Amino acid sequence: MRLALAQGNIELKQFFRTKEALVFTLLFPVMLMIVFGAIFSGIELDGGITLAQYFVNGMIASGFLATGFQNLAISIPIERDRGVLKRYRSTPMPKWIYFAGKSVSVTVLAVIATILLLAVAVTVYGLDLPTSAAKWGTFAWVSVLGLIACTLVGIAFSGLAKSGRAAPAVVTPIALLLQFTSGVFFEYGALPQWMQQFAALFPLKWMCQGLRSVFLPESFAVQEVAGSWELGRTALVLGAWCVGGLILCALTFRWTSKRDG
Amino acid sequence: MAAAAISIRGLKKSYGDNQAVAGVDLTVESGEVFALLGPNGAGKTTTVEILEGFRRRDSGEVSVLGADPAHASAAWKQRIGIVLQGTGEFDELTVGEVVRHFARFYRNAADPEHIIERVGLSEKANARTHTLSGGQKRRLDVALGIVNQPELLFLDEPTTGFDPAARREFWGLIRDLSHTGTTILLTTHYLDEAEALADRVGVISRGELIEVSTPSTLGGRNQATATVSWLGGSEDTDQPTAVVQRLAQEFGGEVPELTVKRPTLEDVYLKMIGQR
Repeated sequence: MRLALAQGNIELKQFFRTKEALVFTLLFPVMLMIVFGAIFSGIELDGGITLAQYFVNGMIASGFLATGFQNLAISIPIERDRGVLKRYRSTPMPKWIYFAGKSVSVTVLAVIATILLLAVAVTVYGLDLPTSAAKWGTFAWVSVLGLIACTLVGIAFSGLAKSGRAAPAVVTPIALLLQFTSGVFFEYGALPQWMQQFAALFPLKWMCQGLRSVFLPESFAVQEVAGSWELGRTALVLGAWCVGGLILCALTFRWTSKRDG
Repeated sequence: MAAAAISIRGLKKSYGDNQAVAGVDLTVESGEVFALLGPNGAGKTTTVEILEGFRRRDSGEVSVLGADPAHASAAWKQRIGIVLQGTGEFDELTVGEVVRHFARFYRNAADPEHIIERVGLSEKANARTHTLSGGQKRRLDVALGIVNQPELLFLDEPTTGFDPAARREFWGLIRDLSHTGTTILLTTHYLDEAEALADRVGVISRGELIEVSTPSTLGGRNQATATVSWLGGSEDTDQPTAVVQRLAQEFGGEVPELTVKRPTLEDVYLKMIGQR
């Protein structure tokens, strides 16, 4: 356990000293929130909320996508190319320590990103923080399940990228595609039906919806496509992605690059 | 003598149609420095990575410190040091952080500061690893390979990219390790390196070990005909001393431009791998 924390500590040190990662993973969502929030200002949705308030939920969910999925799917292939993973494998370090270290670092980053985004949402866009314990409970499980799913899929995805250089080119479009179709930048209910059905296969849509159930008033629930928050189904889909992600990890993860066999 | 550190019988490995290792037999004794010498693509790294547990063999028997590396346990890894080919890039971490972190994985870890000093990186202990030169990065790799004070150390082309001074310094470090009883398996394509460090040398070419001997006797080098040459002539002989004495008498003292030359390790080596 001490080793896992030490590994997490090393991962975080590495992360905070890498300017690109810091800007891309932590500051980019905040910048997007400010830019889009300004563009959406004054637009009101049915159900008594502004588009900016709707949008901040999507940005918080995107923060989980960035710290779990994008961060790992890009940084692990780079580490593999640099021979870092192979060097870990040459030590008696148990394999799980490496993943535990990544999980520790993803968790810390996700907490920081969420606090930053919530702070902006509350101060700039007048988002009301929930007062009931039940809402915070929903926030907790949606965040945890969503983040676990993103982390596992990120690790699984790292095995698919041929090289560290190729990884961002594969990962970034996927993240953007999901953001556009899952109701981050646009209202999900206003998207074409086929796009909704596509997005409903992936975790981001359900993370956004779960967060909306926490931060938007009950009166907005009827504006959702299903006419409710669908929390049960959200838990089911996110849980399924956690299980699927774990299986994919076991199938695809590689410690060495293709070049060295 | 203690049991052999490494023992290989009939080792084979191919990648598709390419037979990278074509039946290698080799024993490396405990405490020995053994150099695997061969051109690029000869099968050195494949052989070594099978011994390290990174690759699976197709057939043959392999025992490294009494265990099969294909089923390497954590306890076995505690006793092994590995310096992989190419440099590891730890990027934004400092030398000290990386060495201290790797030391955590071992029960028998040496003092990280001492290890950093030993590989000559004390002045760089607080430097980010991406600021190191190629040779310095390689020394960091060596530090990670010896931080657990291994019984057996693998060095895969450790000095590629070193300048001559750095190489000599590095050789000193390897000799120190050898003096403390560490068994070392080294691959290199530098003949001077094999000659300077190794107790025994194995020449590998196209996946086969074509000869194993001491550096000074490789390819019958010690018994090869010497060439005595001087201003105005040269003579191949098995008795160069006699020829020189005769010449001294003929010239009545100093023989002008006298040289006595035996084939260098390089001559012998090139002949060996050229033959095939």
